[in-house]
Amino acid sequence: MISVADALTFSLLTGIFVGISAGYLGSLMVLEKMALVGDALSHVALPGLALGILYNFNPFLGAFAFLFVSAVIIWHLGRVTKLSYETLVAALFTLALAIGILIIPEPDLLEALFGNINNVSLLDTTIAVIISVTTMILVKTIYSKIVLGMISEELATSTGVNVARTNLLYLLLVSLVVAIGIKIVGTLLVGFLVVVPAAAAKNVSSNLLRYSVLSSVFGAVSSASGVLLSSFLNQPKAGPFVVLSGISIFLTVVIIKWASKF
Amino acid sequence: MESHNDYILKISNLSVKLPNETILDNISFELKKGTTLAIVGPNGAGKTTLFRAFLNLVPYSGKIEWDNKVKIGYVPQRLSVSDIPISVREFLTFKSTSDLENSLSSVGLDNSILNKSLGVLSGGQLQRVLIAWAIIDKPNVLLFDEPTAGVDLDSEEAIYKMLNDLRKKNEITILLISHDVHIIINYSDYMLALNKCMTFFGESKEIMKPELQSVIYGEPVCVEHHR
Repeated sequence: MISVADALTFSLLTGIFVGISAGYLGSLMVLEKMALVGDALSHVALPGLALGILYNFNPFLGAFAFLFVSAVIIWHLGRVTKLSYETLVAALFTLALAIGILIIPEPDLLEALFGNINNVSLLDTTIAVIISVTTMILVKTIYSKIVLGMISEELATSTGVNVARTNLLYLLLVSLVVAIGIKIVGTLLVGFLVVVPAAAAKNVSSNLLRYSVLSSVFGAVSSASGVLLSSFLNQPKAGPFVVLSGISIFLTVVIIKWASKF
Repeated sequence: MESHNDYILKISNLSVKLPNETILDNISFELKKGTTLAIVGPNGAGKTTLFRAFLNLVPYSGKIEWDNKVKIGYVPQRLSVSDIPISVREFLTFKSTSDLENSLSSVGLDNSILNKSLGVLSGGQLQRVLIAWAIIDKPNVLLFDEPTAGVDLDSEEAIYKMLNDLRKKNEITILLISHDVHIIINYSDYMLALNKCMTFFGESKEIMKPELQSVIYGEPVCVEHHR
């Protein structure tokens, strides 16, 4: 049994690391106009979580397996059909959400959808920290390649970048970060952490360094303040509070930008 | 006397075909080192596809033979930079972390532009930055797909003149796609007119001869290159 103080510490640490990595990866997703992909992809995890709960294995593994397979399917269909990622994810997401809600035991449904900070263990936190740091290091190595591919696929290819392989690696890393974020924020809201901090940062950035750093900071602050708020109000479902914090940051940035024009 | 080593590029019977469409048909020509080749033709003539074949980005039949020591710098036609918060310095650093200032001064830009966002540059400035990008790792061949697209008429000539100066100074070979036959004629040594097949290849001045006006204005007639 985890004490309340330990659970808060673990949740806070997990939240901060997930927030930083989700913000960092999300900065690319927003640029690639794949914001909805980040959001919808998270829902694909629900059937995986359900299987983990039903068959008594770590739900994180189930969630990651479903996210991983979905990312590969979306990547492959995108290459074969030339349909946008958004179209493909939208189709897959509704199917996964429907299946997930049908098979997940009802008492666990709310926790899977909105997270639970009282259930974060030391192992969860360790996994989250290791995965966050690893994904950020890996994304840093492909960040410029992805941005170059967005500017022009031909330009990237002509300088030796394998755009398709880089995109696949990126989607897999997003799957990992989404999977670890589910514990804190839940499947329904984890996509928010990928999208909104980056959207806020983009408003006030004229270069990539500032943009990616701000996006990571906004992600961390949204997560941490959401977890603290949820603990303070004795509401273990942190997801909605993380969303509230993130939206507050987004609105503050928009207002500051708007006010600076006068 | 011409030797085998005078040529940087030899194209023989190059064709690019889709299942139901021929994009390029039986193109053959040779290009000498240190010259400028202008590639002209109407929309859909296969100009960009020719570049893509040069860069191995599309499957093709026939032969594309570059000189052994070739190093290519490429600038495509369409870039999406308006929505990406990226500075000129960051963009150039993607390719090389040194010689940023030298590359910029070669294209007539000073260091103050390094911290500007790519999205706020004028059409002329952006084209110059792209040329700086192409030359930053010291290539000996430059491929430009419409280097003056989105640039006003005055800047257009300035860009062609600058490319010409770069070619002379650095002894590079330039291949560029252009719609402006009348301007590019003054800044290129050779001209290749395409309309899926090759309708003209020769010295640029020749294309203005009355008997060759049909290449630009009339019905295209495919020609074969004779060595």
